[in-house]
Amino acid sequence: MALPTEPFILNIGPLHPSTHGVFRMRVTLDGEIIQDVEPVFGYLHRGLEKLCEKYTYKQNIPLTDRLDYVSAINNNWPYVMAVEQLGGIVVPQRAEYLRVIMGELQRIASHLLAVGSLMNDMGIFYTAFMYMFREREKIIDLLEMVSGQRLLYNYMRFGGVSMDIPTEFLPALARFLKVMPGFLDEYDSMLTGNEILLSRTKGIGVMSSEMAINASASGPMLRGSGVKWDLRKDAAYSVYDKFEFDIPIGQNGDCYDRYRVRMEEMRQSLRIIHQAVEQMPAGKEKLPVPLRLRPAKGEVYTQIEAPRGTLGCYLVSDGTEKPYRCHFRAPALINLTVLRNLLIGQKLADAIIIFGSIDISMGEVDR
Amino acid sequence: MTTTIDYKDLAVRLQEQFGEGFTASTDCLEVPPNLVAKAAEYIKNMLDFNYFDMVTAADYPDRFELIYRLQSLSHNVLATFKVICSRENPSVPSLANLWLGASLQEREIYDLFGIEFSGHPNLKRIVLWDDFEGYPLRKDFKGKVYGTAN
Repeated sequence: MALPTEPFILNIGPLHPSTHGVFRMRVTLDGEIIQDVEPVFGYLHRGLEKLCEKYTYKQNIPLTDRLDYVSAINNNWPYVMAVEQLGGIVVPQRAEYLRVIMGELQRIASHLLAVGSLMNDMGIFYTAFMYMFREREKIIDLLEMVSGQRLLYNYMRFGGVSMDIPTEFLPALARFLKVMPGFLDEYDSMLTGNEILLSRTKGIGVMSSEMAINASASGPMLRGSGVKWDLRKDAAYSVYDKFEFDIPIGQNGDCYDRYRVRMEEMRQSLRIIHQAVEQMPAGKEKLPVPLRLRPAKGEVYTQIEAPRGTLGCYLVSDGTEKPYRCHFRAPALINLTVLRNLLIGQKLADAIIIFGSIDISMGEVDR
Repeated sequence: MTTTIDYKDLAVRLQEQFGEGFTASTDCLEVPPNLVAKAAEYIKNMLDFNYFDMVTAADYPDRFELIYRLQSLSHNVLATFKVICSRENPSVPSLANLWLGASLQEREIYDLFGIEFSGHPNLKRIVLWDDFEGYPLRKDFKGKVYGTAN
């Protein structure tokens, strides 16, 4: 005799270690199999785009730090680029190189956190995470040296960066660049062939390249599915056209490929930093820009390749000292579009890993 | 490197297909709201714009402007479109059925601007709660005032 069954509704989050912030999934389960998922957003909504209309252009730079709080430097970038384009502000070459160096350091730090917390999600509790944080700490020390802050750096300015690097920065960066490849090898030997990682991520959460493109996925999500698309190459901004680096892509589009893409991107970031340090010219780190900046009327859209994907800024100026409209294209939110399609039909335990492999940051999702 | 599509040429092609109403400027192509669905299908299938980069809105005293950015990843071509709709009962067709990537972004615009996307599979508020009154990103929104700030 078959027992009658009915679907079971489970709330995951908003306060749950695996939701990487305050994200909530309302999951309908049939036994262990997911039948339906409804993501619930908004627990960290601060009305950032509305706030941007209230403050002056310069006051908004620290607000952009708070979008994706684990890669603050990359968040400043599209915003200052947009204002620079509207206001016709020239950025000195040295500042462009400093932006690239800090941006790539931040990308490594962000990917370390992403990989570390993915390991947490699959039950390798805190061992891998603490290894990752060992190196992330070194990067944060470097960024503290140049900006004075440890999480939200408020580093970029219109027409440059907030301050030039201190004399002890380059030797410290050289030491970091020397040891970091060895640590990446260590992660590879510890994790990439790891039995837990392989069996939990291979063939899980497969996203075809067509689906990735259709769902506007970007960053490691898109490249993990085998689409070779990186704004640093395909729409090179700043001075990225002067560096040699490869774009790692995955073959199968599963969680494992997304993990591999992130690991490989860290190595490529190190290559870029090496070249940037060598090529960096002397000169000013910032040109003077009026404090009460009034860019010309108009609108502009800029985008960069942030650690989580394409981060864009749409800015409308009406000629006053405050933006008329400021919108951020948040890669973390748009990467979540595909979550429902990835999760339906999977087991609940895999859902956590698929979600972890998307690598979101709630500050950016809710804004 | 990304190239931008020639808007004048595109406007002529779309007008041949769907009639008048497309206005080309130097940096975007304006599409009339009633032709959005047809034009989008043509742009996706015939011109191979497979990547829906972003959509957002802006509130002006007399109109809402929707800004669409579409990309063709295979040809690395970019196109920006604008749809202008009235401030009374603003509504445009949803593109979430053509590009899945539009769905959460359209929900966000619906939530914060109150622009309706007809045909959207799940048009609900996204970051605000369901019984929230008003649309915060509209310029005439008056929110609750806390403290002494304006």
